[in-house]
Amino acid sequence: MAEGRVVGIDLGTTNSLVAYMEGDAPVVIPGADGSNLVPSVVALDPMPPNGSRPTVTVGNSARKALIQTPERVIYSVKRLMGRSLQEVHDELKLFPFRLAGDVEEGEVPRIQLGELRFTPPEISAYILRQLKRNAERYFGAPVTQAVITVPAYFNDAQRQATKDAGRMAGLEVLRLVNEPTAAALAYGLNRAKEGTIAVYDLGGGTFDISILKLRDGIFEVQSTNGDTHLGGDDIDNLLLAIALDEIHAEHGVDLRLHPGAVQAVRKAAIEAKIRLSTEQVAHFDIELPNGDRYQREIPRDVFELLIEPVLARTAGPCKQALADAGITPEQIDEVVLVGGSTRIPAVRELVDELFHLSARGKKPHIELNPDEVVALGAAVQADILAGASKSTEEMLLLDVTPLSLGIEALGGVVARIIQRNSTIPASATEHFTTGVDGQTNVAIHVVQGEREMAADCRSLARFDLKGIPPMSAGLPRIEVKFLIDADGILHVSAREQRSGKAAEIEVKPTYGLTDEQVESMILDSFDNAESDFARRLLIEARNEAETILAAVERAPLSPAWAQLRGEEQSAITTARDRLFQAKAGEDAAQIREATLALDQATRRFAELMMEAAVSSALRGKTMDSAGEELAEAVTAPHAMAPAEFK
Amino acid sequence: MFKTLDSAVPVACWACSIGHNDSTLFCPHCSKIQPPPGGDYFSVFGIEPKLNLDLAALEHEFHRLSRRLHPDRFARAQENEKEWSLADTALLNDAYRTLKDPLRRTEYLLKLLGAEIGEENSGKDRKDPSRVPADLLEEVFELNMQLEEMRANRKMDEEDPALEASLASAKDKFDGMLAAVDDDLRGEWELWDAGGAAARGASQRKMVALLDRRRYLSNLVRDVNEVLGA
Repeated sequence: MAEGRVVGIDLGTTNSLVAYMEGDAPVVIPGADGSNLVPSVVALDPMPPNGSRPTVTVGNSARKALIQTPERVIYSVKRLMGRSLQEVHDELKLFPFRLAGDVEEGEVPRIQLGELRFTPPEISAYILRQLKRNAERYFGAPVTQAVITVPAYFNDAQRQATKDAGRMAGLEVLRLVNEPTAAALAYGLNRAKEGTIAVYDLGGGTFDISILKLRDGIFEVQSTNGDTHLGGDDIDNLLLAIALDEIHAEHGVDLRLHPGAVQAVRKAAIEAKIRLSTEQVAHFDIELPNGDRYQREIPRDVFELLIEPVLARTAGPCKQALADAGITPEQIDEVVLVGGSTRIPAVRELVDELFHLSARGKKPHIELNPDEVVALGAAVQADILAGASKSTEEMLLLDVTPLSLGIEALGGVVARIIQRNSTIPASATEHFTTGVDGQTNVAIHVVQGEREMAADCRSLARFDLKGIPPMSAGLPRIEVKFLIDADGILHVSAREQRSGKAAEIEVKPTYGLTDEQVESMILDSFDNAESDFARRLLIEARNEAETILAAVERAPLSPAWAQLRGEEQSAITTARDRLFQAKAGEDAAQIREATLALDQATRRFAELMMEAAVSSALRGKTMDSAGEELAEAVTAPHAMAPAEFK
Repeated sequence: MFKTLDSAVPVACWACSIGHNDSTLFCPHCSKIQPPPGGDYFSVFGIEPKLNLDLAALEHEFHRLSRRLHPDRFARAQENEKEWSLADTALLNDAYRTLKDPLRRTEYLLKLLGAEIGEENSGKDRKDPSRVPADLLEEVFELNMQLEEMRANRKMDEEDPALEASLASAKDKFDGMLAAVDDDLRGEWELWDAGGAAARGASQRKMVALLDRRRYLSNLVRDVNEVLGA
């Protein structure tokens, strides 16, 4: 495909994944460590001695830094995406992150990480860049287009922030897809299903419920609801708070003053939570800085009592979604569970109750891994957008806007112009006029939410219709068109109808980055341009070549070398010389090919070395893998970085 | 009266340059997507304006058009086609949302015909007192007194079962009135769809009055529900 592959990305609160369609089935792309999940954790490495900008690591390695250098690590950044300073303040009460001191109300909040400050979209961009690299490593080709999932209940600002993050990471975001809808796509693939399904998605930091009607490959969302402040994090924080309080009371140690220790307890809390999904009791056993041990048993029934209020908060949105879809629980044919938190037995019981499942002899769908199903669905949507595949050509997703759009009318009341659960794209046209003779500006305040008063809704944007021709009050007729696109993001355009003049409008988002700001935050990396990518491939290919060349250089010192026949030895030397030559050139493909040839030529040598060194069980391996496996047992011929290009 | 296929302005297709009328989503010659057409919501579905609609057929057509128009089908198309796909799909969705709902459909048709009616789903004219139906004046006055009293009771945490029962029965009564209005509306649909110009004119006036009454009643029911459920 000329334009390259489109990948599907689940940018999660706790973990992120990238997936693509392989033939007619979506698969998750593993990282270099072989793991499908990339923890959504970003760490700033120590400041280099020369004072240059510290590098950033993402995923498992960043998570390890959480206990040693908590002040340089951030997790759960999704909870901060598209949020105002005030909202972030509230959120940060539960998290150990520090806000940069100089942020003013109205600006996008920045988080202090070591010496540097980052906006939430920048942090997310680092996660996205890691996923992009994982995919590029897997394909051996650049990846520039993606579908990214967002919680269905994300508002305009949160969606825009996610799109900004994609752009900073060098990805063209072809579509934002709602997570529960993506899960439905993953389940609906290759099943000629008809009926009404509910997707209950309780993730790390957000809760969504969506009700969809499936018919002839069309996935039509009927209603959606949720809470973008509700998830596994809240359960972790409950357990954490109890442990910290008890440690303080029983051992006189206030761990809250030791961020690293808090993270250690948090880790233990998460492990206990996970264990309680399969066992009746979990144990805390933590060594405290003063040498004491904090030991505690948590029986499952105590845990369930504790989390009951958190889980109960999912019931309201479910009932509202049913009411908005105009159906009863009995009319739901199937329920799909998504998100790691749905592994908790108490959550499954609640879902069973809410949708009257076991009473009707039904069970929720859990066949697909709840951690992966959203990414798999994103890959399906990516394939639909790429438009080149038979398996998805009949599929179409019709999603809705989760929140009503309104404008502030006289007295601060909201006049709704697009109702929640309207299929998107959706539009509305409103007419405005002036209140004073000669007035040339009209101010408009756009809000999102269900409350009666604008002050209680989420402010999206304020803008001025400028350049209205001076006329008597009430005479101008300004037509403003509001359009919510397929990503759930608002666009506004305006025209003065009497003079036919297009009124100039500058939509200033209440919270969010300007285009210029996003532009300036695009990650400086090799990933941005095609030529940079080729350069990176070349550098990697040369590194691989050097590793194997260095090993071959040492080969004659090994006793195994003498066991080779003369022509085998000369084949190795020839291959070595060829690689030497290739390495001096600029063609990465040629270097890789010569590397592979040398690796093949040394196959028997590697076998002989292994035989000599350990067991015959490793026979048949190439020098490359033998090197890895022998690394600890013997002096390995070489520990070559695995060549992953396919 | 309506902007129909015949009265539409002919325009040239951007792709094949052959002229076609302005109310089509796709060029009849080269099938390429066109900028949003000028017609009304009914014409998006290729139907004449009417009030009794075959909802299954409407849904089928909605799905058929969605498959061809949706931005997902144009993710890698050129910019102008992308833009029109977005605008056309918004129009299709707006049209479907309006036409599939009987009340919105009726309001929309009446507005097309020039009637001025309030907006069911907007907070804008909720408290507009000028639209109180004459026969309800007395009851509404009485009801508002009771609602005030009830709200005051709530604040003081006092209970008044008699008042509560009276409000509940008022609510039942208004619910019944709503159902009667809906019946009348359905009757008018038949008349309008089947009628000539004169019959339609009379039917339109009745429907405008019925919708006003309906909106007023449903606001009352909501107010009572709010107070009783508080």
